[in-house]
Amino acid sequence: MRQSVVDGLPDTARNLARQALSEGISPLAAISDGLVPGIEAVGEQFAKRQIFLPDLMASAEAMQAAMGVLDLELRKEGIERPTAGVVVLGTTKGDIHEIGKQLVGTLLAANGFRVHDLGPDVPAQAFAAKALEFGANIVGVSALLTTTMRNQKTVIEELEKAGVRPQVKVMVGGAPVTRRWAEEIGADGYAKDAMAAVALARSLMDAKTQSNSSTVLL
Amino acid sequence: MRPKLELLDPWLIERILDEAFQLIREPGIRVAPYAVELLHSAGAHVAGDVVRIPEVLARHALETVPHEFFLYDRSGSPVVHYGGDDVHYDPGSSCLNILDSETQRARPAQSRDLVRLVQVTEMLPQYAAQSTALVCDDVPAEIGDWYRLLVVLLYSAKPVVTGAFSGPSLHRLLELLAIESGGSEVLRQRPRAVFDVCPSPPLNWSEFASQNMIDLARAGVPAEIVSMPQAGATAPVTLAGAIVQHAAECISGITIHQLASPGAPVVWGGAPAIFDMRSGTCPMGAIETTMLDLGCAQVGKHLSLPTHGYLVTGDGICVDAQAAAESSISAVLGALAGINMMSGAGMLEFTGCQSIEKLVIDAEVIASAQRLIQGIEQKTDSLAVSMFAQTGLHGDFLKLKETRALFRGEQHFPSAVIDRGAHTVDDTGPDILARARQRIAELLAGYHRPAMSPDREQAILDFARHEARGVDLRMLSCVDA
Repeated sequence: MRQSVVDGLPDTARNLARQALSEGISPLAAISDGLVPGIEAVGEQFAKRQIFLPDLMASAEAMQAAMGVLDLELRKEGIERPTAGVVVLGTTKGDIHEIGKQLVGTLLAANGFRVHDLGPDVPAQAFAAKALEFGANIVGVSALLTTTMRNQKTVIEELEKAGVRPQVKVMVGGAPVTRRWAEEIGADGYAKDAMAAVALARSLMDAKTQSNSSTVLL
Repeated sequence: MRPKLELLDPWLIERILDEAFQLIREPGIRVAPYAVELLHSAGAHVAGDVVRIPEVLARHALETVPHEFFLYDRSGSPVVHYGGDDVHYDPGSSCLNILDSETQRARPAQSRDLVRLVQVTEMLPQYAAQSTALVCDDVPAEIGDWYRLLVVLLYSAKPVVTGAFSGPSLHRLLELLAIESGGSEVLRQRPRAVFDVCPSPPLNWSEFASQNMIDLARAGVPAEIVSMPQAGATAPVTLAGAIVQHAAECISGITIHQLASPGAPVVWGGAPAIFDMRSGTCPMGAIETTMLDLGCAQVGKHLSLPTHGYLVTGDGICVDAQAAAESSISAVLGALAGINMMSGAGMLEFTGCQSIEKLVIDAEVIASAQRLIQGIEQKTDSLAVSMFAQTGLHGDFLKLKETRALFRGEQHFPSAVIDRGAHTVDDTGPDILARARQRIAELLAGYHRPAMSPDREQAILDFARHEARGVDLRMLSCVDA
């Protein structure tokens, strides 16, 4: 299973998940001993510039394909899979670009987060409403355009208005977004790419203070 | 002979267009309600917000597009020719950040930065047009788009490459231009500006973009389609596939535009890019991005349309050798391709930051590119023999009358930004950043605000102050400070 994730083979990963269950391997063990080491290896290879984004996406899809099988079994057994955190993601109002956000969502899901992707062109109020509804730990706000980037600030304001801001961490990203901008609008973190967003989300959940060149806790 | 570069074989252009016509028919294009009825009544098939455009309808639109038009300066002279292989450059537009001249670190742009940038651009003949280059952080976002144009109109007489940030605000910009031109009919006859309008990849004409295309067509003010396929992300990964998408977005946009007003001027333009499979960025300085620009423009030229591309940009965060290398390559290749308007000079960081220092360095690159496309010509009856007849083997060509008569036409003379001095090991002279700063200081010292009729200037300011009051802005920092 580990190798099917590394190789980015969703069908193989799904079949191996079924095979694991048929051989009596517990779904939690299949996840922790098969899938997780696979996606971690992929993350390391990406960080070393040995693989590329399409490879990363294929691995994330393989992980999700297998997870679909294993999650079903967990539900049957009444076992709650531990999540790394609940994330509400979306692109700001007026911005219909979502490829970067989708990449972040896929990788977060592959890394154990429960992701609720609200899509593109999301009103600020919807971020707040969905954060409340899903009990989000993190709200991720993406913007591709310099003009729509300003709406990231509006999302934070709406979270405050809705009284949910103390419970959630806000991470922002997108092509024009910078650390300074994130600081200025009162976000909790900024990530410059999808892998950095995963690291940031983990850091926010761990409430650790760490910093590197691409992941910034504010 | 004028040197020329083409990347696409004729059969490949036909194949690209054939597939583009297929795409606008199936799967069709996503169009906002503002444009749906226009397309539907012309015979396009509509299902929800997806419109399928028949090839015959699109081809008819392509036939009504003007093959050329001019942009005019304040005096009413035609100075930018969109058409044929004429080549022009303008600064990249709508940056939120500027590279601070002192610290060389990016910071939010202010009105004073835009004024400075416009003044420098005004003084550089390499830039045939201004752009609304910066979004000023010191004015409310609601007026950010027309405020940029206000600054350009107050401080420049050159034509402008601009754009609106929303459907309704387009009319504020058009109103400003009409006041400056002496009325909307004069603006239609002698347009001072072209408006960038961006479809959203893939194949999506949003409410804002649809509205801008239609309203610009009806106003008779040129629209410049800036199609932005990102190869491998929001467009097919192959360069040829991304060019097909670009063509489909342009053709569908032109169809909307020409249905609104047949014969209105429109530009086959774009900012295509590859999607970097390591960083997830869209490197505007990548060679493949330049290849996309050239390929897209060649398709437009095949259709005899005015062309535009996003070139002369750098992806790093500072004015360095990378910035110069990336900008030089695309400036030269774009000139060889005969792209009518190349936007992007001065830009860094994936078009996220403007630098005035880079703008003056890019001007030198552009001057070289402009020299290149003049080519090598026969200027004398005898190419060399008659000059040798005068000098013999002494080779003293510096004294020849031909040398004095012809050297100015043969050689381009860069400004002091380009170091051609003789230096010793101990005296290396200032570096290029210092030379660029010096050049900026000289240009600003020589700048005089172009004269404007007092009545029109007052009308522009009245308009601006009225609009500013609507967003509780009591002072226009570009004029009142």
